[in-house]
Amino acid sequence: MAEVSTPGPVASGRGAAAPGHGERVLRQLDYWVTVYKRTWRASIASSFLAPLFYVVAMGVLLGGFVDAGGAALEGAPSYLAFIAPGLVAAHAMQTAVGETMYPVLGAIKWNKTYLGMVATPLTPADVVAAHLGFVVFRVATACGAFLLVLSLFGLFVSVPGVLVAFLVQLLIGLAFGTPLYAYSAGLSDPTPFAVIFRVLIMPLFLFSGAFFPISNLPDGIEWLAWVSPLWHGVDLTRMLTLGTLDVPLALVHVGYLGVLAAGGWWWSVRRLTRRLLS
Amino acid sequence: MPHAVPDPVDTAAAARPVSLIRATGLRKSFGDLEAVRGIDLDVAAGEAFGFLGPNGAGKSSTMRMVAAVSPPTAGELSILGMDPATQGPQIRARIGVCPQEDTLDTELSIRDNLVVYGRYFGLARNECAARADELLRFFQLTERAGQKVDKLSGGMKRRLTIARSLINQPDLLLLDEPTTGLDPQARHVLWDKLFRLKQQGVTLVLTTHYMDEAEQLCDRLVVMDKGQIVAEGSPLSLIREHSTREVTELRFGVGEHEALAARVADLAERVEVLPDRLLLYTEDGEETLARVHERGLDPTAVLVRRSTLEDVFLHLTGRTLVD
Repeated sequence: MAEVSTPGPVASGRGAAAPGHGERVLRQLDYWVTVYKRTWRASIASSFLAPLFYVVAMGVLLGGFVDAGGAALEGAPSYLAFIAPGLVAAHAMQTAVGETMYPVLGAIKWNKTYLGMVATPLTPADVVAAHLGFVVFRVATACGAFLLVLSLFGLFVSVPGVLVAFLVQLLIGLAFGTPLYAYSAGLSDPTPFAVIFRVLIMPLFLFSGAFFPISNLPDGIEWLAWVSPLWHGVDLTRMLTLGTLDVPLALVHVGYLGVLAAGGWWWSVRRLTRRLLS
Repeated sequence: MPHAVPDPVDTAAAARPVSLIRATGLRKSFGDLEAVRGIDLDVAAGEAFGFLGPNGAGKSSTMRMVAAVSPPTAGELSILGMDPATQGPQIRARIGVCPQEDTLDTELSIRDNLVVYGRYFGLARNECAARADELLRFFQLTERAGQKVDKLSGGMKRRLTIARSLINQPDLLLLDEPTTGLDPQARHVLWDKLFRLKQQGVTLVLTTHYMDEAEQLCDRLVVMDKGQIVAEGSPLSLIREHSTREVTELRFGVGEHEALAARVADLAERVEVLPDRLLLYTEDGEETLARVHERGLDPTAVLVRRSTLEDVFLHLTGRTLVD
């Protein structure tokens, strides 16, 4: 009969320095790698194919009519060049949203993965950081590939512009991902997710300036776009890809998205701590 | 199999048994609900210590506090000499937790569940792999190493959960209702494994509402009821202190027990009336049974047996452990 190695009666680790937050976050790398290994095939369709369909249907085919009509498109040379950055930004939002609703509630409620994690030296803050790190990774791969494909259409004016636009997508992902993570971490059932998708994510997707300039909105509701985090992301991405950078406005965009990302992160740690360490 | 060599203990501590868990006046409230109402604990290294009590007695709340995942509402608590409020990660690095509900990752393979979990403790990948294989052997799961957790039976999942809780070679193993929901055979397999761990010197702390489990595994236990400790001692001493040596169980027709209790009251030290039987607490069960028959009573079924922890609990609380 096999024996199991067991430690000395006491004090086997005493005196060893306690590992910090950063190290404990890295300890979850293997977990997230295994998660990605089992989901990456399924994510290809949603990450790469769906956005391409949008580009072809909206940008190329619908864009033919728009361009023929001589629309004013905030300095964009074509409708395709106008909506491409909008689609990328919306894609960042959708990827982050998808990764922070069901997966978060599932790790608490159904698989209880988080409960197993916080029984180890990991704290809720470590768990949040690793999961959000994975969200950023997902946004980076999804939007990185998207930008790469779009660059083949010759839509971007400069390489540095595209590189910064890529970083902006990560910020957009966090600006949506962290508040939703926090929200999901406190939920007891998934019913509100469908509502969020219909009344928040879909309207944002359609009315945040991705498909048409927000100046086309009726005067009474144009301010709504200013509230939308996605519009800030879309406009910032568009400035960078079209080379129409307006620095003060860009800083406002970065600030708005940054505050959402940081505030959401703080709220996530707080809500998950309350949920798991009660 | 390499057996870990015990580290030298510092000289001051070596003289007396080392407390792994020490609590005074420990309390836990959830809003208005007082789950734990001021308990004192002292669990020494190498002990197998149990919390016996019905559902809702406060056992799991206590275990969560000891596992450093639930801050106490009041009282003092020290685990492995550390304060869970400020040293949670350091404490959790050296304990193993088998929660009441499995928290296995159902989409990972059985072996990956162990390896990934070992990484959370900062163990190197090859160390995790070596320990995982060793634990799979010990818990007889080697043949299933590559399968998904979904394919396992309830008993195997419990074994895997306990295996996982040993991946960091903990000083203290916490088991919350380790065999609840398992069939008798699976329970015996698990008890055998836990008994072997105990023999290897692992300190076990477990909660259970099965008195046979408590008797089998625990050197010492506390009986909990409504958030308080109502008795403490070894299984044997608790039985001696709170019950008689033997019990004569008498079954009569449905509804007759209450009325018949008065007619046998003087034959035993104590008579308990349950819905389906009478329990006569006595030093000599056969003798008592003979007296019952002398009185012309004719129970439909009789059983003479030793007192158990169930009797202790019934005496202390007036209720049975498993409703």
